Amino acid sequence: MTDTTEAAMTGRAAARGKEPPPAPAPPQAPRGARLRRGATPWLFLIAPLALLLTFTYAPIANMVAYSFTDWDGVSPELHYTGAGNYTELLTRPELFEVFFVSGYYLAASAVQIVAALYFATILSFDVRFRNFFKGVLFFPYLINGVAIGFVFLYFFQDGGTLDSVLSVFGVHTDHAWLGTPTSANISLAGVSVWRYMGLNFVLFLGAIQSIPGELYEAAELDGANRWHQFRYIIAPGIKPVLSLSVILSISGSLSVFEIPYIMTGGATGTETFVIQTVKLAFQFNKTGLASAAAVVLLLIVLAVTWVQRRLVPDDRVDLV
Amino acid sequence: MNRRTLPALLTAGLLLSACTGTGGASKGADAKAPDDPSKVSGTIKVLTVRTDLVQDGTLKKYADAFRETYPNVKVEFEGLTNYEAEVKIRMNTENYGDVLLIPAVIKKSDYPKFFASLGTQAERAAKYRFTDFTTVGGKVYGQSPVGVTPGFLYNKRIWQEAGITDWPTTPAEFITALKAIKSKTDADPYYTNFAAQWPLTSWTYVNGSVGCDTGATTKLVESDPWAKGADLRVGDTLLYDIVHDGLAEKDPTTTNWEASKPRLAKGQIATQWLGTWAIVQFQDAAKKAGVDPADIGFMPFPAQVDGKFCAVVGPDYNQAVNVHSEHKEAARAWIDWFTDKSGYADDNLAISPLKNAPLPAVLQPYEEAGVKFIEVDDSAGAQLKLVDTESEVGIYAPDYRQDLVDLARGARKGSLDDFLGDLGKRWTEAQQSVGTR
Repeated sequence: MTDTTEAAMTGRAAARGKEPPPAPAPPQAPRGARLRRGATPWLFLIAPLALLLTFTYAPIANMVAYSFTDWDGVSPELHYTGAGNYTELLTRPELFEVFFVSGYYLAASAVQIVAALYFATILSFDVRFRNFFKGVLFFPYLINGVAIGFVFLYFFQDGGTLDSVLSVFGVHTDHAWLGTPTSANISLAGVSVWRYMGLNFVLFLGAIQSIPGELYEAAELDGANRWHQFRYIIAPGIKPVLSLSVILSISGSLSVFEIPYIMTGGATGTETFVIQTVKLAFQFNKTGLASAAAVVLLLIVLAVTWVQRRLVPDDRVDLV
Repeated sequence: MNRRTLPALLTAGLLLSACTGTGGASKGADAKAPDDPSKVSGTIKVLTVRTDLVQDGTLKKYADAFRETYPNVKVEFEGLTNYEAEVKIRMNTENYGDVLLIPAVIKKSDYPKFFASLGTQAERAAKYRFTDFTTVGGKVYGQSPVGVTPGFLYNKRIWQEAGITDWPTTPAEFITALKAIKSKTDADPYYTNFAAQWPLTSWTYVNGSVGCDTGATTKLVESDPWAKGADLRVGDTLLYDIVHDGLAEKDPTTTNWEASKPRLAKGQIATQWLGTWAIVQFQDAAKKAGVDPADIGFMPFPAQVDGKFCAVVGPDYNQAVNVHSEHKEAARAWIDWFTDKSGYADDNLAISPLKNAPLPAVLQPYEEAGVKFIEVDDSAGAQLKLVDTESEVGIYAPDYRQDLVDLARGARKGSLDDFLGDLGKRWTEAQQSVGTR
């Protein structure tokens, strides 16, 4: 970049750095008023906190508690078994083999992020029918996951939608899309890309549009082409959103559930860790063990996120 | 309060409250049959899996007929599509209807905590079938309104076109028959219904038919079900061979249960392993598709002992009275009436739960062929469930048979012997840790 833009940037930054003078300390209010003022934020917080505690933290606490018992999910009796469930989990390596399936979804989410970034960049410029395309891309995210599962079951059927479309182009594959583990996992991961790309796209688009327009103008004056604009303005500008998307995709890939559960029920090598946990809890009635598995998944996701934040620290970006 | 202690305290409180899942278990109660129908009163709620019968008003008709005898009892129905999962959660409260179907998840030893007894086994066994399936400590807790027997539903026209007139008597003959169907007709010789999952679980009900043994359930508990010649191995091997020889549908992973009914009726599918309960549904599908319902036939598992086929008669879901119900007499009256007088079994072409009732007309060919009907003793049923969950094999779950089908069509590596051997190994280990072996 040239001197002019840099100068403009530093000038702005300096202007921003100036803070208003600190307000003079208010005179000491009477005790009752002070108490009321102290209580006000808490009064406002009662409703959201109550909801948060009842529907998020209480069930989690319950789950953690169950993970130390041998409860079968319905019996009036349950016994404390200490860390027994965790020992069992960690001494059964076959329970963790299902994480290989997450690899497919991880690869798919890389594709998904790149595609979303591409579309978001294109549609942030002035393109014809851009609102229409935005709608088209975001639409799948609004559909219920169960419905998507059923729709795509027809899509992949022998002689179903996919085969018909391919035959229009003269391709007759006669391939059972969900027939082998590799093919099934790739097909399912494809469905997941179709579904979640809209969300990434909207996040990226929002971030891109919050970059002030004069930056592009300045860049254009300096002779930057679209690729330069992307490389030096857009990419650094959306870095926080990008790293958020990566975190979401990784934790998402580790805990895939809806799509494979509805479409294959975990058959033909498509079983994920969450499906396995659900089966432990509801097919074999080992609610205690399944709760422990859920806790372990939570810890794994937290650990992965932590490692990622360590590797790519979230430093503040300041374009302007 | 310190910023850090508040959340910590809250969490501790939640953890404490979380550990109190155990309600005061009641000590059991009896649901006595009322002496005078006019004196029973109350509104009872009946939970059912037959959402179709709730919606089309059939159950309402039964309730109206019931009111003619019991004018002061009002019956309400609640159909649950995902019965097992929904009822399981409700069983943690006291509010799970007045009459319900005993879910598979409840341990037999826990029956007295959840259900009111219908009487002693000694008195009920004289009149009703299947009493030992719900007997705990000499008392009976449930009664199935219908009896079912597993078997192959097949399209008679297609089987005749392929030149097969007699039921195959061995698995090998059965495979030969399916091969003839494949070469001589356009039908899929067999349909697994792999994607719907639960139809695969019916293969567990070959147990007892192969060896014609009333002690088959006890055998499952005490020996390896996949040992050479054992019932489940014979059944699973047949399923494997059907798929392995290309006699099943082309793409099992995208099958459709609802669509499979008219397809069998029309002759696009020749055979499916299900049970008597399915006959009425397939006949309805035939009528809707405009083909002859009489084309739908029913045949036993291809195995004979002393020159005779064997059909195992078992209960469907057992109806029981909620131990917390405030109208136990009315609930009991409903169960008795529904079992004895409603005609529900006849309407569903099912086997009557009454010992002295004749067989339904659909099983006429069975009588002509001299098929032997047996009831498998279920006194080891509770232990069987224990071994099954401990081993995580899941003989009543679809998973291992889905793996078996994948193995047979080459989507999974390995040999049949290793696969069944591994199941047997897990089963035996579970038997040892539970102590049944």
